[in-house]
Amino acid sequence: MVPLQVSMKLEMKDSPGQLVAALTPISEFGGNIIAVIHQREPDASSDTLGVQIVLEIEQDRLDALVAAIKRQGVSILRIGEERLLYRQSVIMIGHLIHTDIGDTIDRIDSTGFAEVAELNVQMPAITEPSTALITIKATTRSEMERALDLLRGVAAEKGLLIVEPLAEGER
Amino acid sequence: MRIAVLGLGAVGKGLLRMLAAKPELGLVLTAVADSSSACIEPGGIDPAAVLDRKSATNRCGTQGLTAEQVLDSGAFDVLVELTPTNAVTGEPALTHMRRALALGRHVVTSNKGPIAAAHAELQEIAAGQGVALRYEATVGGAIPVIHAIRDGLAGNRFHAITGVLNGTCNYILTRMDEEGLTYDQALAEARELGYAEADPTYDVRGIDAAIKLVILANTCWNLGVVLDDVAITGIDGLTVDALRLAAAQDCTIRLIGEASPDRGILRVAPRVLPRSHPLVIEGTLNAVMLSTDMAGECTLIGKGAGSVETASAIIGDLLAIRDRYVECG
Repeated sequence: MVPLQVSMKLEMKDSPGQLVAALTPISEFGGNIIAVIHQREPDASSDTLGVQIVLEIEQDRLDALVAAIKRQGVSILRIGEERLLYRQSVIMIGHLIHTDIGDTIDRIDSTGFAEVAELNVQMPAITEPSTALITIKATTRSEMERALDLLRGVAAEKGLLIVEPLAEGER
Repeated sequence: MRIAVLGLGAVGKGLLRMLAAKPELGLVLTAVADSSSACIEPGGIDPAAVLDRKSATNRCGTQGLTAEQVLDSGAFDVLVELTPTNAVTGEPALTHMRRALALGRHVVTSNKGPIAAAHAELQEIAAGQGVALRYEATVGGAIPVIHAIRDGLAGNRFHAITGVLNGTCNYILTRMDEEGLTYDQALAEARELGYAEADPTYDVRGIDAAIKLVILANTCWNLGVVLDDVAITGIDGLTVDALRLAAAQDCTIRLIGEASPDRGILRVAPRVLPRSHPLVIEGTLNAVMLSTDMAGECTLIGKGAGSVETASAIIGDLLAIRDRYVECG
């Protein structure tokens, strides 16, 4: 399951019911509409309506969704997609450099499903523990959870303290 | 309603001060004991006189009389158990509470140890005798969180409890965040102000917060969890840089207790929270967020310690017992 964030530029007849007809298939295919932006042409004589929509959908359902929208008589002028990325930052404290921070990063990067996107290391005096903000990117929430689990294991092994964010709202 | 008070430390004194100040509550002190003396007077004792005697002689009553004799007298409807008690084993309070409940007396306590270690057992004895066991003062000081769980939010399903359960840690983290103090500096300051014990281990290593989390979890779900079930990380390893890095993201760090049987979580650890989060509170305050099915999220914030604040929680319990069990005139 790879969720995508998709942006589509649609063109439809400027008549009642057209927008609903264009949007209905999205929920039918399990998509989640993030934004609908009307782009009324300045030329008032035009009888078409331009609409930009941003939605999330599973990658393997996108083609079927595009076909369904077209069947509603709506033209898709442009479509852009990108892999939806989850980002999560955690703070790590300890002897980060002496426990081979390169290896810590590699352990995440080599999973293939998650990577370290950012690292900000603060190093005080040489004998004191250093502190880092480490930002991990993953494609799905469950892969993020796996990456964090891996990081917890690495931290336990290297004697590092991890301060994780408190997830907001549970359901 | 007749009450017996065991233990005359800061909390016991605060309670007696409030009993003296509020005679209209109808709570009659009939017995009191400290570590070296006791006083039993079925007709009623003047709490102000006990406090005077205590400050003059360091004894509340007759030398040689003991808490056991107070219990034997049976001259009370409710035992208020406030003796200095080992927070992990719960003794000697646990023994006192078992005896009072077995005698068919209600019990109110501020002692965390016995509630964390033996909640289910004590609750069972109380139920068998048709009496109440109440312990509002064990968690969050003056905050009526146990009342909220049992009464105010009754009928809800609880998804999770998250909270700031230790004022000492919250004070230290607030000062590290606001003033850029190191952990050692902030701890030294907390000690000077009387917010931290000479040996702060129990607070800063997260043990106190974990014991309170156990009490809250057992109150919500009755799953019989114990201190050993909690994954605990304290705040003593935190650096100023950690708070700075969090601040750069408009976040801060607080020691958070988190329990959610749905997700298999029972832990106390420092966590990164957005500054706008309801659990980001200042200084020695405590806060508990209850996540429920009907009420959604409900957050209570208030003073987590102090003798009069704790007396407030104890008196709330006493009056709840009076209203539910005792016909009052």
